[in-house]
Amino acid sequence: MSCCAPGAETALDVVDPVALPSSDEVRLASRSLGGGTHQTALSVPTVHCGACIHIVETALSTLEGVESARVNLSTKRVLVRWHGDQVPPFFATLGRLGYRAYLFDPETGKGDTILSELIRAVAVSGFAAANIMLLSVSVWSGAQGATRDLFHWVSALIAIPALAFAGGIYFRSAWNALRHGRMNMDVPIAVGISLAYAMSLYETITHGEYAYFDASVSLLFFLLIGRTLDHVMRERARTAVSGLSRLAARGAIVLRRGRVREYLPVGEIEAGMDLMIAAGERVPVDGDILNGSSDLDCSLVSGESTPRMVSPGAHIQAGTLNLTGPLTLRATAAAKDSFLAEMVRLMEAAEGGRSQYRRIADRVAGLYAPVVHLAALVTFLGWMAASGDWHLAGTIAIAVLIITCPCALGLAVPIVQVVAARRLFDAGVMVKDGSAMERLAAIDTAAFDKTGTLTLGRPRLVNAPSIDKALLAIAAELATHSRHPFSKAIAAFSGSCNQQRPASISEHPGFGIEATTQGQVWRLGRREWAEWKAYCGGEGQHGTCSGTVLSRNGVVVASFDFEDAARPDAGTAVKELKDAGLSVEILSGDTGKACRDVARSLGIGSFMPSLLPSGKVEHIEALTRAGRKVLMVGDGLNDTPALGAAHVSMAPATAADIGRNAADFVFLRESLLAVPLALDISRKAGRLIRQNVAIAIVYNVFSVPIAISGHVTPLIAAIAMSASSLIVVANAMRLQASTKPARKARTPYMVVQPR
Amino acid sequence: MTTLVYLIPVALFLGALGLAGFLWALRSGQYEDLEGAAERILIDRDDRPDGLTGRAKMRP
Repeated sequence: MSCCAPGAETALDVVDPVALPSSDEVRLASRSLGGGTHQTALSVPTVHCGACIHIVETALSTLEGVESARVNLSTKRVLVRWHGDQVPPFFATLGRLGYRAYLFDPETGKGDTILSELIRAVAVSGFAAANIMLLSVSVWSGAQGATRDLFHWVSALIAIPALAFAGGIYFRSAWNALRHGRMNMDVPIAVGISLAYAMSLYETITHGEYAYFDASVSLLFFLLIGRTLDHVMRERARTAVSGLSRLAARGAIVLRRGRVREYLPVGEIEAGMDLMIAAGERVPVDGDILNGSSDLDCSLVSGESTPRMVSPGAHIQAGTLNLTGPLTLRATAAAKDSFLAEMVRLMEAAEGGRSQYRRIADRVAGLYAPVVHLAALVTFLGWMAASGDWHLAGTIAIAVLIITCPCALGLAVPIVQVVAARRLFDAGVMVKDGSAMERLAAIDTAAFDKTGTLTLGRPRLVNAPSIDKALLAIAAELATHSRHPFSKAIAAFSGSCNQQRPASISEHPGFGIEATTQGQVWRLGRREWAEWKAYCGGEGQHGTCSGTVLSRNGVVVASFDFEDAARPDAGTAVKELKDAGLSVEILSGDTGKACRDVARSLGIGSFMPSLLPSGKVEHIEALTRAGRKVLMVGDGLNDTPALGAAHVSMAPATAADIGRNAADFVFLRESLLAVPLALDISRKAGRLIRQNVAIAIVYNVFSVPIAISGHVTPLIAAIAMSASSLIVVANAMRLQASTKPARKARTPYMVVQPR
Repeated sequence: MTTLVYLIPVALFLGALGLAGFLWALRSGQYEDLEGAAERILIDRDDRPDGLTGRAKMRP
């Protein structure tokens, strides 16, 4: 519709009415503000200019019952306030305008308290650093006697709120680390700034010449900037991921005493309740089918790419998607005991390898802090022995601590990771946390799930050219009336010629679609059902003569072959990963034949079919024991434990909710090239981090002898520390410049299809 | 020296005023949507704050 909603036209196609959240679901996800007013948060990923804001806000605020609507362009969210019993049709309205909206959980809409604390700390320490620096400059330019003392006293006063408020972040973190017997970069920082302040205060009281207030406060300021940028980047990634459509069901319609219908949140559904699952809804809990038959899309649960036909008596798992017909279900387990919860438990059990990983910064700090503190102690003892003046010895020892205070080291790692995360963000890859990039840089094996990861999980009609055009058009016309993935694939071929509209069309869940035109009965669906005039087996039996066909009066006139379409660039991505020295594998829950086809077409040598979720974990753990570092890329519920077990993990935006939350990286675009890109940037970032650490160490090698020999003044300390920080930051910026700009990516943000 | 006695407090007071202004802006939610604010000047309609901007205050 407008210039600025890429994919809006295609989005319209995929908006099918049943897949939109029901009004019960909207009410459940809304926050009551009291007085009958509700507030609902929507995520609208395609909003991105002033015109979009205007269109969305105007459209929503003219709806009945809506009090106000406000777009937040930075987070791509819309907050709507409404009142009354009737939920205004937000989703349909936005869908008509070409904006696909998703419901947002109220708890994820909470504010980010850490960020506001960090920004306040940056503001306070920035104010203090600027003012103290001004006073220091006048001291350096030769203020003497009482004037110098006055300046020192004023500096000491300004530094107090900065240390108390901004420094508190470091003191708490350092204390936490020490209490648990660990060492992190915050320990030498906290020791350095507090000793510097204490010594300067003593100097000020005794009318001394040198005070290091400027050093301790500007150090805080620089480090806080790095920390805040780091936090902003990760928060942005997390917001983008949590804004994706939620795939798990929020609730279901419960039949009470066989009559009364009531919409209950998933958490309140218990075993023994009867649930109604409409076509297009996801199954919220494990259960047995009482009534109705349908096709289930199990791709997110088991990795099977072909929908499974179910009929009364069948046991179905939570997380599967009901495709064609309504079902009545008797719950056999509450949500917390369902398949989904079992996957979460498996994942938590598997999460051993990752928590053992120590971040580069912490490893460096573990060596750095003892060395520096030891050097200061040796300096003190040496000067005591040489001069016997404890004041002189103490001053010089503290000067050593100040000059070695890891300003550059504290920035060396986070700044590179901020720049790298920013590059990945532009390419549509979200990084949840900085250590993920360090871990990704170290991998030597990549394991892929098949359905939904290497492939799109959407079948594609492969023999279209060999089918009679007229028959294909009829099949496509029929297929538009079904939600079955095969039908969608056939329906993609409609619209070429004008067909006579069939008189009556009905869908037989689990079998296919039937239509009557001019006395002819057309059936599109399972062979054994459509071909009733032939000898082939009875209804409901799979196996021998399955396949999808079009029949006229019971005689097959055309048959359709499908193949799960590979993701764009999957072959190139696999090749790039191999060139980068990785061994690539497929771990799939699907059949051996399906895996072999995909593996062959993508050039992947090894694949393991028919794996259970625990089988995937076992395989990854076996690889880990063999000393390999594994990247797991997967999207299904069944992959989630494996995502947790792997050294580092990645998931596409279409992945199951818990998979997306478990993965370290989430890529929003369809192309699989995101995987080699993330690997490439992580490796470059790893190199830059090592360079930065080396720069910081070289700086210390030069400055520490000066400090030990007692020649450091506050002026030298200020220049040396700022210079080393600037060099480190400039080096990190090379990551932005060196890699070619990939901002104009081929595919826009992926339209997350209801699967 | 005598000039310093009032110049330094004046300088610090002005700086503190700026700091307080920034903190106020942060609290009142003016940094919630920087991109949106940049685009909103192009929309031709009343731009009274509608209460939703100050989300910071409504948080639980």
